[in-house]
This record gives sequence, structure tokens and C-alpha cells, in this order.
Amino acid sequence: MGMLVNLRDWIDARFPLTKMWDEHLAKYYAPKNFNFWYFFGSLALMVLVIQIISGIFLTMNYKPDATQAFGSVEYIMRDVDWGWLIRYIHSTGASAFFIVVYLHMFRGLLYGSYRGPRELIWLFGMMIFLALMAEAFFGYLLPWGQMSYWGAQVITSLFGAIPVIGDDLALWIRGDYVISDVTLNRFFALHVIAVPLALIALVIVHILALHEVGSNNPDGVEIKKTKDENGIPLDGIPFHPYYTVKDIVGVVVFLMFFSTVIFFVPEGGGYFLEQPNFEPANPLKTPEHIAPVWYFTPYYAMLRAVTFDIGPLTAKFLGVIVMGGSVVIFFFLPWLDKSPVKSIRYRGPIYKTMLTLFVIAFLTLGWLGTKPPTELRTLMAQIGTVVYFAFFLAMPFYSRMDKTKPVPDRVTG
Amino acid sequence: MSGDGVDTSKRRFLTAAATVVGGVGAVYTAVPFLASWMPSERAKAAGAPVEADISKLEVGQMIRVQWRGKPVWILKRSEEMLKALPTLDDRLRDPNSEEPQQPPYAQNPVRSIKPEILVLVGICTHLGCAPDFVPQPEPQPYDPNWKGGYFCPCHGSRYDLAGRVFKGVPAPLNLVVPPHKYTSNTQILVGVDTGAA
Repeated sequence: MGMLVNLRDWIDARFPLTKMWDEHLAKYYAPKNFNFWYFFGSLALMVLVIQIISGIFLTMNYKPDATQAFGSVEYIMRDVDWGWLIRYIHSTGASAFFIVVYLHMFRGLLYGSYRGPRELIWLFGMMIFLALMAEAFFGYLLPWGQMSYWGAQVITSLFGAIPVIGDDLALWIRGDYVISDVTLNRFFALHVIAVPLALIALVIVHILALHEVGSNNPDGVEIKKTKDENGIPLDGIPFHPYYTVKDIVGVVVFLMFFSTVIFFVPEGGGYFLEQPNFEPANPLKTPEHIAPVWYFTPYYAMLRAVTFDIGPLTAKFLGVIVMGGSVVIFFFLPWLDKSPVKSIRYRGPIYKTMLTLFVIAFLTLGWLGTKPPTELRTLMAQIGTVVYFAFFLAMPFYSRMDKTKPVPDRVTG
Repeated sequence: MSGDGVDTSKRRFLTAAATVVGGVGAVYTAVPFLASWMPSERAKAAGAPVEADISKLEVGQMIRVQWRGKPVWILKRSEEMLKALPTLDDRLRDPNSEEPQQPPYAQNPVRSIKPEILVLVGICTHLGCAPDFVPQPEPQPYDPNWKGGYFCPCHGSRYDLAGRVFKGVPAPLNLVVPPHKYTSNTQILVGVDTGAA
């Protein structure tokens, strides 16, 4: 024991080990009233680690070459010892990442976690979300299946909708006249090096900003307002051991679901791995129906919902604007919300109704994005898009009008 | 350190000058990296023209060749197909091919050099899918008055048998007619203009 203490002291004189441990774990005081929704932050971090480790091992057998990519994935699935498991961990992990992150973001909407003084945490979080979408998009091309190929074709063509520079921009992104070996190779580089580095850096600043300001909680009460004589929040408990242990329970439950999917339904019923992707990419034949993986479908449905021109702006360009706007608008949330309270517990009926409608619209759009368009579905997508945007754009008005309840001084447990 | 004898405005100027010069250098350094993303010389060479033999093409038949990695369709249209084209004009977005989606020599009602031979890039102008060839003039779920044409399964865009886009579909423009020329009566060179080559 004495030797270990000596070692720690030796390190502390040269590196802020104990200081960092205290700041971020042992003496980081988190509100004592965290509930179910607070599992998803730590779970997202764990899924990131799972993805990085499984991803590193996949690169050891994967070949980023248009003539070999599809075959190398089949090789991993059939011939590499446990390769199928590593590959399914990675492909299921992508969907798990989005499930966890969407729930994590929804927690923010429930309890106003994006509100001042936590605007930067929210902005860093949204950048993580953007990086994650880029990561998923680049990664989906790598197996070089039909859906990989045509999905990438559709998405890179979106840039072609930008007036004047569009076509050259799409050419620059692809590095060829169509999606080709060149594109595959650069997407591989982005997927395994550039975006993961950015993701890790963003996760670090997300957590640093959180630990600077302190966590929000289901009551939306600032626990730093009431402190004891030692300057410790009365409603706070040290993150370690209390929440580290609690989060382990979340991890165990999560891993039970995760393993069940990996071992019994690794393709997620065609939602996690789409059927056309079991066919090698063929530039001369489009699959019957192109749909992105489920986590992109709400935005895809909004892209397709725009079928009309407005003046000189084409439906295609407007669709791209709507799709981009549907993600970008999240960044403005801290400034759109004018409510005097943060948490849904003390909000009035209007916000509760709007949030419910938003969730319904998001899920409906997600479902529509997986289906081929019909007249009725296009109409539904248009209504869904209006509801989706109304949640944000009308927020400055309805959040102010809403009848709120008084917020207690202390958390309610 | 005290500020005595320090010329702060000079110091500020030097700091600003060094920042600007260094910044310009950093921007120029980005150029080779960004430029490396443009199509390489090899990719450009692979974009060379391709030859197609249409001597065995039957009426109503369509063949596909690959040019710059893109599918190019060559369709030999029948008399009925050509006759149906003008009847569709009021249902089309750009019936007179006013948008520059074709070389000048294909800017005519049938969008081709020889009326019966249609040459198109088979990539939907919406989001780059490959539309299906649906030549039979019979009612379709998406159009009860279907006169034959192309239907994109991705997002339901429709084109007639001259590659002209219908109104009320997501695709904004007619299908592209690639530059092409006849090297003989039965040979088409895709990728080269009649005039330029």
C-alpha cells in the first residue's frame, strides 16, 4: 500500500492525476436526483469505445479497394476467426450509437439541459451529432454493397443541388465522375482517421464544458445555488462512486439488449443492415428502392417531402435546404426557448403538446423515410415536416405564452 | 516585466503582420490538400469517349454502354413512340428542352440527332439513381395515361421517351443527352461532340 501511495505522489508531482480524478469523478458533484434518462450520456461514451475497438480490428482485414472491399467483408464474415462477431458488433454498434444519442438528446428536450448556462455543452453535443452522422455515412460506403453505393450516390448528389458551384463540389467530394474506387478510398480515410479524431476531441470538450458548468437534472434546478459551509452543493453527490456504480447497472442492461441483437437479429430486420447491401455495388443498376439506414430516414423523408418549386428555387434545392435545416435548427434551441423554466415538470400544457407532436412527427418521418413514396405518404411527410419545424420556429412564442408551475429551490428527488 | 521602454504599438503591428503573413501561408498550404481531391489524371483518362455499335439494335430495343462510369442508354424508337411525344408536351416541365441538358444538336422535339435514335445518360436528375425503362404504353400505378418512358424507382420521377421530365415529380430537369456523334451509320461515339471532335 505504501508503495502505491508513493507511486501516486511521484506521479502527482509530475502529472495532475489526483487532481483530474477529483475534478471529474471523486469530487465532481452531480445532482442526486438523476433518473433513467441520465444513463445515455455514459452509454454513448461506452458505445464510442466499442466502435473504436471493433473498428480497429475490422481494418486489419478490410480492404478499401473497389474490387476487393465487398469480398474482404465477406472474408471477415466467413473466414476470419470471430470475424462475424467483430463485424456485427460494429454494424449493430452504429445503430446502437444513434439510439443512445437520440435518447440522450431527448433527455435534453425533456429537462431543458440545453438552456443557459449550458449552451456550449449543447453546441458541442450537436457537433458530435454532426460528426457522428458523417462517420456513419462514410462507414456505410465501405462494405461496397448496392445500398452503400447508391446511398452515397444520392447523398453526394445532394451537393449538386447547390446553385453555381454544386456540380463541381459534388465532383470534388467524389473525386471522380461517379462514386468509384477513389471515393471509397477517401471515405475510408475519413471514416477511420479524420472523423474519429474529431469525435474524440469533441467528446472531450463536451465533457469539460459539462464539468465546468455542472450537470442539469430532472427538476432543472441549479444545485450550485444552495451549498453547504464547505462550498459543496447540498443536492449534489460525488459522481464516483455513486454514479459510476449506477451507470454500471445501465451498462449491464444495455449490453443485454446489445448482445441479443448481435447474436439473434444482427441485421435488425433489414433496418440495421439493409438487404440490397448483400449484393456487390453495381453502378449500372439501381436497387428497386433506395432508403438510408433508419437513423437517417427522418431527414430523408423531409428531403423527399419537398416536391414543388418556389420561384427560381427548384424542389431539389429546397429539399436539400429543408434537410440541412432540420439538423442545423437544433443548434439554435438554447436561444429559441424563452420559457422561464427548464424542466418539463414545471412547463405548461403547450410545451408538452408540442414536444409530443414533435416526437410523433419525428417517428412518423422516420418510418416514411424507409418506404417508397406514394401520394399519401408524401402528404404525410409534408405534414410531418411542418410539425417538425413548427416545434422549433414557434418555440419563441409558445414557450413564453405557456402557463408554467413554480420551480422549487431544491431538487425534489 | 515593466512596460518601460516598450513600444506597444510597434509590438502590436509586428504581431499582426506576423499573424497575417503566417495566415496567408497556412491558407496556401491548404491548396495542395484540397486540390488532391479533384479527379486524378487517371480518373480523367478513364473518362475518355466510348464507341457503341447500333447495327444490331432492334426497334424498341435499348442498349446500355458505360461512359465515365455512368450508364448511357441508346434507344431505337418506333414510329408510335415518336408520335406520342408531342401529345405529352403540356404535362412536361421543359417540353422544348430550354434548359441546357443537351448539346445544341439535340435541342429539338425528339432530343436526338437521328429522330429514332435516342442517346441519354441514364442518371436521374433528382438524386442520381438509374430510372427503369418502361416502354409499353399501358396504365401504370403512377400514371394511368402512361405513354411509355422512364420511371425512377427511388423517388418516383418520370420521363418520357425523349428523356423529358414530367411535372409534379421531384426531378427538376430533363435527362442529360451526352455529347455524341456518328462515326458511321451504325457507330456512335459517346463523349465527343459533332463539332468539336
